[in-house]
Amino acid sequence: MINTISDIKKKLDVHKVRNDFPILSRSINGKPLVYLDNAATTQKPQTVIDSLNHYYTFDNANIHRGLYFLSELATDQYENARLKVKEFINAISASEIIFVRGATEAINLVASSFCRAKIFCNGDEVIITHMEHHANIVPWQLMGDRKQINLKVIPINDSGEIDLNNFANAITEKTKLVSVVHISNTLGTINPVKKIIEIAHSKNVPVLIDGAQAIPHMKVDVQELNADFYVFSGHKVFGPTGIGVLYGKAEYLEMMPPYQGGGSMIRTVDFEKTTYDDIPGKFEAGTPNIAGGIGLGAAIDYINQFDRLELSLYEEELLKYATNELQKIDGLKIIGTAKEKASVISFVIDGIHPYDIGTIIDTDGIAIRTGHHCTQPIMKRYNVLATARASFSFYNTKDEIDKLIHGLLKVKKMFS
Amino acid sequence: MTIRQAQEEIIKEFEQYADWEDRYKKIIEYGKGLPELSDSFKTEKNKLAGCQSQVWINARLEDGKIILEADSDASIVKGLVALLIKVYSGHTPDEILSNPPDYFRKIGIDSHLSPTRKNGLGAMMKQIQMYAVAFKALGDKQKH
Repeated sequence: MINTISDIKKKLDVHKVRNDFPILSRSINGKPLVYLDNAATTQKPQTVIDSLNHYYTFDNANIHRGLYFLSELATDQYENARLKVKEFINAISASEIIFVRGATEAINLVASSFCRAKIFCNGDEVIITHMEHHANIVPWQLMGDRKQINLKVIPINDSGEIDLNNFANAITEKTKLVSVVHISNTLGTINPVKKIIEIAHSKNVPVLIDGAQAIPHMKVDVQELNADFYVFSGHKVFGPTGIGVLYGKAEYLEMMPPYQGGGSMIRTVDFEKTTYDDIPGKFEAGTPNIAGGIGLGAAIDYINQFDRLELSLYEEELLKYATNELQKIDGLKIIGTAKEKASVISFVIDGIHPYDIGTIIDTDGIAIRTGHHCTQPIMKRYNVLATARASFSFYNTKDEIDKLIHGLLKVKKMFS
Repeated sequence: MTIRQAQEEIIKEFEQYADWEDRYKKIIEYGKGLPELSDSFKTEKNKLAGCQSQVWINARLEDGKIILEADSDASIVKGLVALLIKVYSGHTPDEILSNPPDYFRKIGIDSHLSPTRKNGLGAMMKQIQMYAVAFKALGDKQKH
């Protein structure tokens, strides 16, 4: 793999970058769009949009099936996208990259297949944290129909951080998997996942990392982390919706039974017995999201033009600026104040419902998220029903943060 | 005043406001004017599912007419439910069921008030209609 050499990377020029994303120049209610909901989904650069258009216009055919020109071409492009993902997260082999619909499906796949594997017995434990997205809670609860799973939850402190001592003590001989979010979509906390993996591995327990929020904000190296599973969604990293990635170490993927049955995933089918394909094919039943995979490859190419560290530093600057400006608003409280944070800020304002905040600033074309962010246990932990959340990407500007602040001051005036 | 007349009155009132901000201010004002809902009615049974904020609607029958009361923890939602109550409270189940809330489309914030938006407007109206259906069924039963 070629390591990042910053001087051959494109320098970040936010105004030029904004031109790469056509949606950023549209207006809402007659005002320029201020898109601050990047933790929900990111916008798409023209190159990603073009790749989808090109695929359907010129290259569409089903993959892994035909020997004719177009089928081979589509297969090559899809498999090339898998290679790009492999390089992007530095997996050892492309066979460890399973294409799925998104992070949610990836966790459901692991929950379903890992819990049905021979090593998982009734009464075994899965450890999660209090800051998980519902997608890393409910799939484990659903498995309760098949095997008795004891779901253990690691508490968080008031800043929104996990206590590592607490975590180490929670692991017992019954623990079969630790499943932890890399960056919280609600609190913005960047969890010390490398340390968590080290602790779990010292007790021979594999770890799944939910990287949905981490992938757009930092360079992820699964070998360096030594993660056993790493999942993310394409649409949160400037790619299309409906495509995502499950990275799994071959040793685990091989011992896990298939998730879904159908075409592509088999070697031989008989009414008495079916044998399965090798990984990754074993986990990819049916015609996949071919265009989505190719689009994700285009998104990776787009990001790879830049020095990831430079993007992260710029986002950190936006986070600091926004945190500072938000704190100047009387009665505003930030939920999630971990030392290590990504550019995601949840907040509440005394006496004003997040719904009212979101509705009013929307009239100025400002898009933020309001609600429980699919993390109801976090809402209960902080004793709030909902929060407003602004989340920034490297195409956002300080000027947009100023517009958010201006909008919030207007909200305060309206509801005082 | 009939349901239709109440709707016309609201449409006229909102016609005066050219921009969003003023319309929302008016909606919030309506919410502030809503009589307080006793905590004993803020039950799970009266709470609407599928809204980003909490909304409670209580209904009772008085002389064949449905009396509606409501509250929400979000000011705009409280204003929206107040607009529904102004129109529908004090009418018979039949009157309520034969007058859908078209007026929201005409007060100039319909894109903000479509049922797919998580403001619960669709859910609130459905709840009021369900109360009407239930009271109508109850009335029919008593007649026989």
